[in-house]
Amino acid sequence: MPEQPYEPEGAIAGTGMGGAMDLGASEAVTLEKTPGGPDGTGPAEKPRSLWSDAWRDLRRNPVFILSALVILFLVFISLWPGAITSGSPLTCDLAKAQQGSGPGAPFGYNGQGCNVYTRTVYGARTSVTVGVLATLGVAVLGSVLGGLAGFFGRSWDSLLSRTTDIFFAIPVVLGGLVLLSVVTSNTVWPVIGFMVLLGWPQISRIARGSVITAKQNDYVQAARALGASNSRLLLRHIAPNAVAPVIVVATIALGTYIALEATLSYLGVGLKPPSVSWGIDISAASPYIRNAPHALLWPSGALAITVLAFIMLGDAVRDALDPKLR
Amino acid sequence: MSDNLTLPAQQGSADASSPSPETLLTVEGLTKHFPIYGGFPIRRKVGAVQAVDGVDLSVGVGESVGLVGESGCGKSTTGRLITRLLEPTAGRITYAGQDITHATRRQLAPVRSEIQMIFQDPYSSLNPRQTVGTIIKSPMEVNGIEPAGGREKKVRELLELVGLNPEHYNRFPHEFSGGQRQRIGVARALALNPKLIIADEPVSALDVSIQAQVVNLLQKVQDELGIAFVFIAHDLAIVRHFSQRIAVMYLGKVVEVGDRDSIYNRPRHPYTHALLSAVPEVEIDAEEDSRERIRLSGDVPSPIHPPSGCRFRTRCWKAQDKCATEEPPLVQISGNRGGHLTACHFPEDPTTEDRGEDIVLDPALAALEDDAAK
Repeated sequence: MPEQPYEPEGAIAGTGMGGAMDLGASEAVTLEKTPGGPDGTGPAEKPRSLWSDAWRDLRRNPVFILSALVILFLVFISLWPGAITSGSPLTCDLAKAQQGSGPGAPFGYNGQGCNVYTRTVYGARTSVTVGVLATLGVAVLGSVLGGLAGFFGRSWDSLLSRTTDIFFAIPVVLGGLVLLSVVTSNTVWPVIGFMVLLGWPQISRIARGSVITAKQNDYVQAARALGASNSRLLLRHIAPNAVAPVIVVATIALGTYIALEATLSYLGVGLKPPSVSWGIDISAASPYIRNAPHALLWPSGALAITVLAFIMLGDAVRDALDPKLR
Repeated sequence: MSDNLTLPAQQGSADASSPSPETLLTVEGLTKHFPIYGGFPIRRKVGAVQAVDGVDLSVGVGESVGLVGESGCGKSTTGRLITRLLEPTAGRITYAGQDITHATRRQLAPVRSEIQMIFQDPYSSLNPRQTVGTIIKSPMEVNGIEPAGGREKKVRELLELVGLNPEHYNRFPHEFSGGQRQRIGVARALALNPKLIIADEPVSALDVSIQAQVVNLLQKVQDELGIAFVFIAHDLAIVRHFSQRIAVMYLGKVVEVGDRDSIYNRPRHPYTHALLSAVPEVEIDAEEDSRERIRLSGDVPSPIHPPSGCRFRTRCWKAQDKCATEEPPLVQISGNRGGHLTACHFPEDPTTEDRGEDIVLDPALAALEDDAAK
């Protein structure tokens, strides 16, 4: 992990945020604020929440800035790939097979004579779509199931915990080979569905644990003593205090889903040609690694940078949301 | 002490312990057993923690009742049972003539606004994601109460009442110190103009210099607004300062209850004697210590397997065979004033004067102390 730059202002933000979670720290900072003191008569104060504190931290974190820029660029080219490439990923010329870089093809041509640069750019769309949608599905399904199990406990909790155990026992790649090999549809949806099916137990465990931690807090008991309904307890008091770990794990998982999509496509059960995916290209290029290594290296490099960017983003978000880890 | 005959209970103990004109809250035989599950492969109930076992208590309108005892004696559980945060195993809770022992959330709704709670830990009792304004406003939101002038105005009034700057409306709890946070908790409890506040060790998590502020605030609130308190604490000095009537708990039971003067100056139960003798004294009499000294040995027995008969007998210097077989009832024994009830077969003299010789149940501990004194 890169060192956090030390700045006095940042230190105050840090201890202030510590107040939200590691509560002892805020005492020293706020003790001198006497009630009715001069600070209250100043200009209108901007409320400082955990999220605004986290954002202040993130803005100063070079890891976050770098990974966010990479991700923004990826999102941009997956929405508008035509902006940086004029060709089509499906226009191939066997005469140019395995050729090195040339005009309009800075990354050269692959075994089928397709422009590696164009295909790498277009492959980002598949990866980002699969990563984002699978993560959304997993996060929503997992946190709802895990959160409810953690909140209501008893037999719901036992049922969910045993079910997640069963899902954890399924090997991901083997399960993908078995389940996806019977699917004929050549779209991203079966892959996303498979990831949600196997991915939700991970998030549900995290959500369950953090809901159980949050619901034991006195402020939840206080709200209950006021007669608050279960939905109010969950939405107003528990969810906002339990969501941070889910966001962190989901962000890191996003990178692994992108890698998993490439793996499944490489194995021939994810997306299949003529779809464009980094996994397909890596698979197609690997027999020619000695003659045309560029056809393998560019999609592999793009994949590695993408996965790394998401994992680093998740790390940065975790550092910002959980000051205890510093 | 053969002259200390135990009188039969002439009236319901709850009635007898309430000299206050009008009773607000009555608790009879309140019991909470937390089940323990174990066993393999099929989990089943293997026992129960008898956290509260037959507590009788009553609180009059505007009265402050102190609940004292060692850690783990069931004080906080009793408080949480009264606010119905926990479901009682047995017994009866009556609030203003209404049985709320097993009332559902809907049935409780009208009572909720009248019984409020102040929590021990000011750090975990405020939602870190909500502003002070939102926190204090939420009781009114939940109960659909729209005070004259709007909720925000009421919140600002409450902040002022508890001695906080109303301008701090939009701040988050972590921007406040422990004492200020506890004031926010008090303001939240006052938001609905309650008639009864359960204060669960409201100052024990605070710095000693802040404790007085919060206690004085609570006292001011009690005097000005006429709110009844159940004040749970293990600090006997603060309870003495705050409560008109005091109940002493030991291992899930009330062992002695009475007005402030009876408990502090004329205690009868050996446990109350021991508890009072443990209060540190600021004025040290150089010539002779004028108070009795009692040093108990060991820990409070496990509430999973409490001793038979009198629960204090395992640490009591007056215990006899009768104590193991027969549970002493909570009654007014001879020599007690009205409303002063004691659950003991062999009560002590009603005094806290030095008894000439210290009661030492743990000689090793006493030897250590003597060594340290030398």
